[in-house]
Amino acid sequence: MEQEMVLKKEKSMSTNFKQILAKLTPSIKKDGIMKSLKNTGITLLSILLFLGLWHMGSKALYNKEADYKIEKALTERGEEAAAAERACIASGDSSCQPNTLPSPSQVWASLKSLVADHHVISADKAAFAEKMAATNEKMIAAGKDPIVYTGRASFIDIVLTSIKTVFAGFLLALLIAVPIGIIIGLSPSLRSAFNWFIQIFKPVSPVVWYLLVFMIVKTLYIGDSSDNAFVISFISVGFCAMWATLVNTAMGVASVDKDYINVAKVLKLGTFQKVFKVILPSSLPLIFTGLRITLSVAWMVLIAIELLAQSQGLGLFVWEEFQNGANDSNAKIIVAMFVIGIIGFLLDRLMLAVQNMVSFNKNEMA
Amino acid sequence: MAYLELNNIYKTYGEGENSTEVLSNINLTMDEGEFVAIVGFTGSGKTTLVNLINGLLQPTSGEVLFKGVPVTDTSHERGVIFQNYSLLPWLTVGQNIYMAVKEAFPKDSKKVLMERVKEYVAMVSLSPAINKRPKELSGGMRQRVAVARALAMNPEMIIMDEPLGALDALTRGNLQDEILNIWSKDKRTALLITNDVDEGIYMADRIIPLKPGPNATLGPEFKINIERPRDKTAMNDNPEYKKTRNAIIEYLMDIGDERKTVSDVEYKLPELTPKSFVA
Ligand SMILES: Nc1ncnc2c1ncn2[C@@H]1O[C@H](COP(=O)(O)OP(=O)(O)OP(=O)(O)O)[C@@H](O)[C@H]1O
Ligand SMILES: [Mg+2]
Repeated sequence: MEQEMVLKKEKSMSTNFKQILAKLTPSIKKDGIMKSLKNTGITLLSILLFLGLWHMGSKALYNKEADYKIEKALTERGEEAAAAERACIASGDSSCQPNTLPSPSQVWASLKSLVADHHVISADKAAFAEKMAATNEKMIAAGKDPIVYTGRASFIDIVLTSIKTVFAGFLLALLIAVPIGIIIGLSPSLRSAFNWFIQIFKPVSPVVWYLLVFMIVKTLYIGDSSDNAFVISFISVGFCAMWATLVNTAMGVASVDKDYINVAKVLKLGTFQKVFKVILPSSLPLIFTGLRITLSVAWMVLIAIELLAQSQGLGLFVWEEFQNGANDSNAKIIVAMFVIGIIGFLLDRLMLAVQNMVSFNKNEMA
Repeated sequence: MAYLELNNIYKTYGEGENSTEVLSNINLTMDEGEFVAIVGFTGSGKTTLVNLINGLLQPTSGEVLFKGVPVTDTSHERGVIFQNYSLLPWLTVGQNIYMAVKEAFPKDSKKVLMERVKEYVAMVSLSPAINKRPKELSGGMRQRVAVARALAMNPEMIIMDEPLGALDALTRGNLQDEILNIWSKDKRTALLITNDVDEGIYMADRIIPLKPGPNATLGPEFKINIERPRDKTAMNDNPEYKKTRNAIIEYLMDIGDERKTVSDVEYKLPELTPKSFVA
C-alpha cells in the first residue's frame, strides 16, 4: 500500500516534470528544427534533380553528336568506316569521343585530376626550389634577380591568382571610391560637377576599361620587361567595380538624417568631428551595401579581364581550355564555372557578414 | 536689457508659390532666470520657434537677441532637448552623453567627463542602460537620455521641445522635478514647449499660447502666481491654480474652434518633385 503511494507520487512527479519540460522547450524550437531539416531536404533534392537533368542532357547531346559522327562516316567513307567509328566511340577511345557538354561524373573526374595535377606541380616546384637554392643565394648575393620557377601553373595557383586580383581590385576601388564619395557627398556643387563624369563612366564595359588601362599602364611600364598582366587586370577590375561604392557613399553622406546634423550643430562639433563622428557612421550601412555590390561586380568582370590581359587566372584558364579543345577541356571549363560561382557566393557572404557587423540597426538589414 | 528677445519674427518655409509663412509677428522677451512655457497645437510651429531661438534656423525677417547679441549660430550657452530625441543610434547611451560633455568641457580629463556622464545617466535613472544603444530603449528612455545629454552640458539657458511627451505620469513627474531642481539651483533660464497645460502651470512662471498655424503668432500671456516650490497635490486646491488653468483652457478651446472653422477652406498642396541624386 505504502509502496503504491510512493510509486504514484513518483509517477505524478514525472508527469509534472514532463509538463514543465514541455513548457520550457518552446514548440517553436521543435518547429525550427523540423523546418531546417525540411529546407536541407529540399536543397538536397533540388541538387539531385539538377544533377539528374544535367546527366540526361549531356547524355542526349553526346548521343546526338555520336550519331552524327557515325552518319558522316557512313556517307563519306562507307559501311566499314561507320562500323569502325561506332566501335571507336563505344570503346571510349579519346581520339573519337564526341566533344560536347560533359556529364557530372566527367566533371568530377576532371576536378580530381586538376587537384592531382596541383600536387605534381607543387612537388616539381619544391624540387626546383631545392635545386636552385644554392645558385639563387649566390645570385642574390651578387645583386642579381634569383631564378624563379616558370613552369605551368596548377589550377589551385590559378584560383589563388584570381582571388588575389579581385582583392587587389576591390582594395583599389575602395581606396578611390570611398574618399571621393565622401567628398562629393559633402558638397552639393562638387556633386553636380562630378555627376556627368559618373553617369558617363559608370556604364562603360569591362573590355573598354581594360583597353584604357592597358594604354596607360603599357606606357608607364615602358622599357620594363616584367610581367604587368596582373597590374593591368587588377586596375581594370577596380575601375569597373568602383562605381557602386562611389554612388552609394555619395548618397549615404548626402542623405544623413537632418536630426543628426542638428545634433552636430548644437554640440558644435568641428568639421572633422562632424564628418568622422556623425556623417560617416550614419552612412556606413549604405557604404557597405555599395562595397558588397563592388565586390560581386569585381568578381564578375574579373573573368573577362583576365582573359584579355593574359593574366594567369581563371579567365585565361577557361579561355585556354576552350581554345585547346582537348578531350577533358569541356569538363575543366565546367569545373572552373563551379569554382567561380562558389567563390563568388562565398565572397558575397563574407561582405554580408561584415556589413551586418558595422550596421547599427541590424534588424533593418536583410 | 532682456536676456532673450524676439522682435517681429517671421518665418517662411519654401520659396515662391510653394512658400508657407509658418510664424508671423512673434514677439517675446524673457528675463534671466525666468521659466517660460509655450503651449500650442500640433503643427503650429513650436519646433520652428525653438530652432530659431537655438540658432539652427534663421528668421525670414525680424531678429532674435540673446543677451543683446543677434543669434546667428548655435551655442553651448543654449542647451536643447530635441522633440524627437535625436540620439545617435550607433553610440550607446553613455557615448551619446560623453560626446556632448566632451564638447562642452574640452579641458576636462576623460575621467572627470566620465564621472559627469555617469552622474547625469543616474539622474534620469538609466544607469543600468548606460551601455545600451538607443534601438534597445523604449521611447521614454530615449527621451530621458536626451534630457540627460542636454543638462549634462550645463547650459545657461535650457530650451526644451516637448521633452517629456512620451513618458508615463510618474516618470514625467520625477523628471519635471529634476529639471526644476537644476533650473532653480543653478539659476538657469528655461523655455519649455509643451502641449500639457498642467505641466506648464506646474513648472513655469508664465504660459504663452502659440496660436494654430499657418501664420501662427503668440497669444496673451498667463502669469502663474503660485509660490515655489510648488506641490502638485496641494496645487489642485489652490484657487489661483484653478483660475489660471480654466482661463488658459478656455482660451485654447476658443482658438481651437477658430481653427476648425478656418480649416474648412481647401488647401492647395505643394507640387513636389523628387530629389535627384548622383545615381
Ligand atoms: N523644413 C521645413 N520645410 C518646410 N516646411 C516645414 C519645415 N519644417 C516644418 N515645416 C512646416 O511648418 C509647420 C510647423 O512645423 P513645426 O515642426 O514647427 O510644428 P510643431 O508645432 O513643432 O509640431 P508638433 O507639435 O507636431 O511637433 C508645419 O506645417 C510643417 O509642415
Ligand atoms: Mg515640434
